[in-house]
Amino acid sequence: MSVPARADELGLIGCPVCGLVCRSDQRLDAAATALACPRCNTTLTRRKPDSCRRTWALLIAAFFLYIPANLLPIMRTASLNDIDDNTIISGVVELWVKGSPDLAIIVFTASIVVPMLKFLALGMLLVTSQRGSGWARVQRAKLYRLVELIGYWSMLDVFVVALLTALVRFSVLSRVEPLPGVIFFGLTVVLTMFASMSFDPRLIWDGRDTDD
Amino acid sequence: MGQASPASLLICEHCDTVYRRRALECGEVACCPRCRAVLERHHRLGVNSLLALLLTAMIVFVQANIWPIVTLGLNGQYSATTLWGMIITMWQQQAQVVAVLAACTLFFFPMAKMLMMGWLLWFARRGRRAPGFVPLMVGLHRIGPWTMSEVFVLGALVAIVKAHVYFEVIADPGIYAYAVLTLLITIFSGVDLRLLWDETAESPT
Repeated sequence: MSVPARADELGLIGCPVCGLVCRSDQRLDAAATALACPRCNTTLTRRKPDSCRRTWALLIAAFFLYIPANLLPIMRTASLNDIDDNTIISGVVELWVKGSPDLAIIVFTASIVVPMLKFLALGMLLVTSQRGSGWARVQRAKLYRLVELIGYWSMLDVFVVALLTALVRFSVLSRVEPLPGVIFFGLTVVLTMFASMSFDPRLIWDGRDTDD
Repeated sequence: MGQASPASLLICEHCDTVYRRRALECGEVACCPRCRAVLERHHRLGVNSLLALLLTAMIVFVQANIWPIVTLGLNGQYSATTLWGMIITMWQQQAQVVAVLAACTLFFFPMAKMLMMGWLLWFARRGRRAPGFVPLMVGLHRIGPWTMSEVFVLGALVAIVKAHVYFEVIADPGIYAYAVLTLLITIFSGVDLRLLWDETAESPT
């Protein structure tokens, strides 16, 4: 075997759920109905349906939610004589100043770097695969797997706010309340997760030029 | 085409390349030479060990949910919370979206995942397919990325450090249970339950 063949060229489809290798020409006899995996009954398609359009839509929606998530405060700290509203970035700064730069870096990575990386990476993957570009395919494939792997860690800040809200409840002395920013941020994370799931990494390899 | 039966083939999910399946030695991982994704791992843990680990995880999960996670102290006043205390507070504080997200990703999905896995593994011990095998396997695949207990542990750590500046912080049993749970989740993350498709017999009746 010189260049390993791809399933599509051999008339095969791998089931996305159970991994079974199925013949894609079975469809010919039952013309109207969609092809289904004989083992787990999942509908089989050559590529994820409408992958690019869905990913773009989810990504753009996530980006629009990400703006208020950063601009609006996510948490209010109220004590006897002052009220302090924190945004994501001011929370990171506070951690840094109060002597935990290591945790500040973790929170900064989870709340700022990871979502930005997702927007840039998925956007770049969409543009290059829609053009059928053969540029840095292995690296792009790796980038996609990285995005999928680390995506859900962005939920970190949401859980921090939730836990602090539940813990800091000392009547008038000290209270923490969630503010709308945290809702926008939670939704951003969910939408970016859906976006990366709807992207089909096989599109990276579908372009015109084969450069193995 | 036609010389190999589909069962002996393997398709890389990430680039659609077809490979002939090969039995893996202990500790071996099959990688796709085209896109470098992991194709298949050798499973060191058998069904019985997986079931034992899963039971441990279930016990720890119950502990993580019933005990308070941390207690804060301020001038002799104390305040503690459990996971559900946190979810209910978020609901009452007009952050219902966050409450639902937390309830799903930290309680309902992990619980559903463990119960489904337990049910499937229990029958798989005798090489059988559990009643409802197909929908449960599909369900497990769909829940996959939506469990976030390990993120919550890191979140709790950050919350503790933040609170530490103003309050007295006492770690409660819940946080230790969560730490153990994270360890178990890490072990399970290397397990591809799709092996059950091959390891169990077809006819469930």
